[in-house]
Amino acid sequence: MSKQINVALIGNPNTGKTSVFNALTGLNQKVGNYPGITVEKKEGICKLPRGVKAHIIDLPGTYSLNASSLDENVVIELLLNKNDKDFPDVAVVVSDVENLKRNLLLFTQIKDLEIPAILVINMADRMRYKGISLDIPHLEEQLNTKIALVSTRKKNGIVELKELISNYKDLSTTPCMNASEIDREYFDNLRKAFPNQLLYKLWLVITQDVNFGKTDRNEIDAVANFKTKTKADLKRLQQKETIKRYQFINNTLKKGQTIDLNTAKDLRIKLDRILTHKVWGYVIFFVILLTIFQAIYDWSSVPMDFIDSSFVSLSEWTKNGLPEGAFTSLLAEGIIPGLGGIVIFIPQIAFLFLFISVLEESGYMSRVVFLMDRGMRRFGLSGKSIVPLISGTACAIPAIMATRNIENWKERLITILVTPFTTCSARLPVYLIIISLVIPEGRFLGLGYQAMTLMLLYLIGFGAALVSAMILNKILKIKSKTFFVVEMPNYKLPLFKNVVLTVIEKTKAFVFGAGKIILAISIILWFLASYGPGDDFNKAEEIISTEYANQNLTEDEVNEHVASYKLEHSFLGITGRAIEPAIRPLGYDWKIGIALVSSFAAREVFVGTLATIYSVGSDDEETIKNRMAGEVNPILGGPLFTFASGISLLLFYAFAMQCMSTLAIVQRETNSWKWPILQLVIMSGFAYLIALIAFQLLK
Amino acid sequence: MQLTVAHLKRGQRGIITDVSSIYIPLKLLEMGCLPGNYVELVQVAHFSDPMYLNINGTHLAIRKETALHIFIEIL
Repeated sequence: MSKQINVALIGNPNTGKTSVFNALTGLNQKVGNYPGITVEKKEGICKLPRGVKAHIIDLPGTYSLNASSLDENVVIELLLNKNDKDFPDVAVVVSDVENLKRNLLLFTQIKDLEIPAILVINMADRMRYKGISLDIPHLEEQLNTKIALVSTRKKNGIVELKELISNYKDLSTTPCMNASEIDREYFDNLRKAFPNQLLYKLWLVITQDVNFGKTDRNEIDAVANFKTKTKADLKRLQQKETIKRYQFINNTLKKGQTIDLNTAKDLRIKLDRILTHKVWGYVIFFVILLTIFQAIYDWSSVPMDFIDSSFVSLSEWTKNGLPEGAFTSLLAEGIIPGLGGIVIFIPQIAFLFLFISVLEESGYMSRVVFLMDRGMRRFGLSGKSIVPLISGTACAIPAIMATRNIENWKERLITILVTPFTTCSARLPVYLIIISLVIPEGRFLGLGYQAMTLMLLYLIGFGAALVSAMILNKILKIKSKTFFVVEMPNYKLPLFKNVVLTVIEKTKAFVFGAGKIILAISIILWFLASYGPGDDFNKAEEIISTEYANQNLTEDEVNEHVASYKLEHSFLGITGRAIEPAIRPLGYDWKIGIALVSSFAAREVFVGTLATIYSVGSDDEETIKNRMAGEVNPILGGPLFTFASGISLLLFYAFAMQCMSTLAIVQRETNSWKWPILQLVIMSGFAYLIALIAFQLLK
Repeated sequence: MQLTVAHLKRGQRGIITDVSSIYIPLKLLEMGCLPGNYVELVQVAHFSDPMYLNINGTHLAIRKETALHIFIEIL
């Protein structure tokens, strides 16, 4: 095996750390989770000069090595544990040229851990524009490091950075300041008690709950034969340490950095004047949302139609091209239509992720947090809840994980509980297909009725989230301190590469995650629909031919009757009809019932399930949508998907908790089964009730 | 009466004189909210809450209840 070195990318949020990661690794990256926790782990491989390979790990953004969240804790745990297989040979600390002062705080802490560190000053292309000039040799000397000036936007400095990484052995590991000066006596005692440990490492362990195996905090307290500190004392010392670090940084930058404010032009001020305006800010936010929904609808219709018809031809081709038999039938009637039901929604989901990632990358999302905080507090939420609520429109799972930066536990818990109401991308397939069946195509003031219905469904989702948050806020009796600090980063034109990589990665995760479930369910459904017990199923041909003996049917018509009779008496049909009484008042037949039940694995299964059920035994070349439109209501006659049953279904999906993965993540994040079970019972019960009322009123 | 960040008007600047550390999270200190640094009120939402500040070059938003614990001299 060739030589491989471990590189950790560390930096404050909003410094473009991920851009540097993307520039170094390109497509050679993978996203997973840290073992046992749901923090996202991004790693990649980068080729360095002279045949050296680097394993690069993109650590979560943090302002310092004093963790206040699970994500930040990951950084500290890695840096303190020399035995971790990812422990860095070299740390690359990414800073942003405009916020150098603040970014250097973290850098000086890492230097104190005596880990070889390279300082990347990113967004160097903005220096001239901001009137900043840097004395790099002076900074390198003061900070005992090597500096790489990088601009990921202009693609500058990456080669130099790779060169520095490959020469990491030349880096000095001398700290640039002495933190122990904040309390000499205390630190001297520490040193005497643990002569073999790095002093600053001990200090970090003492000041936070890091679980890194060998020396944990209690052990330190037990061994220490000197006066230990109270929590308040420690906090005061941390404050002292922070002040001391800033003194050092200010001194360093006094000579190393000059800022000519006269040449600094600030787009931020102009944009913020409008985007955070008391009136215009909200108007603009609403217009942006509206545009996004219209665009998702308009742009994706062409690729969707194409995918739909391709899958129909593929299914037809399989049926005609392969020898007849159970396997061909499984492929053509089970797997292909089932997969078609998920692939068809790739365009929409990709567009949704595109918009969300542009909003995040540009810095606009923080402005929305600022605008919404006061309003959200009325509902027991925080302005920061807006990020989970908006990203919940992609998927509730990352959204619930994104609640971690809400500092207040009560606000965070409420956000976790109400986020599944927002319209996730798994609901989108269901909405789209039903809307296209029951809502007319016309336009009003340039907005399509169908797009407006979709927008309305999203608003209903948000509305349900807010109202239930308000109720929870009244019911839950939790006292916790509120801290609300949100950085307002400078506006940035989103980097094309970052956006594309995010879209690819998220869409892939969605398709493969859901694809596995859908494939499994398609196969099970096909089996259940193709086999049945007793004479009713096995002698269907005889029964039908006797029943219709004197009606002179063509062969095709006979076959159709046989197929539907078979389906009705298959295992699937029997199960479906058993639950039919419970869902008939909502306007559904047993086939929809089956789709509803399988949706509890994941909502997007609905369309695939219907596609599989409807295609079993049917010979004609039809798209999913036409098949659904052709379904007849078994009792009332007429089409099954009417305005009333359609609306009832839409509302059911809007409110019901039908996602096992979300329940699992809620259990993990709240560390209790109580909350996910309550979510499941209350949301689904409410959905049933609303769908019932809607159908009974509209029918 | 001692002046705090909550007393700033839009566009006004002050110098931080003291922060009462029990009410101020460490994170805010690390972002530069320390005695001696300047603070400017950039923008306010409805009822001046939250407040969009520029502290020592770092732009951030905090709630009014936190702003009440950062003592300043107005420039």
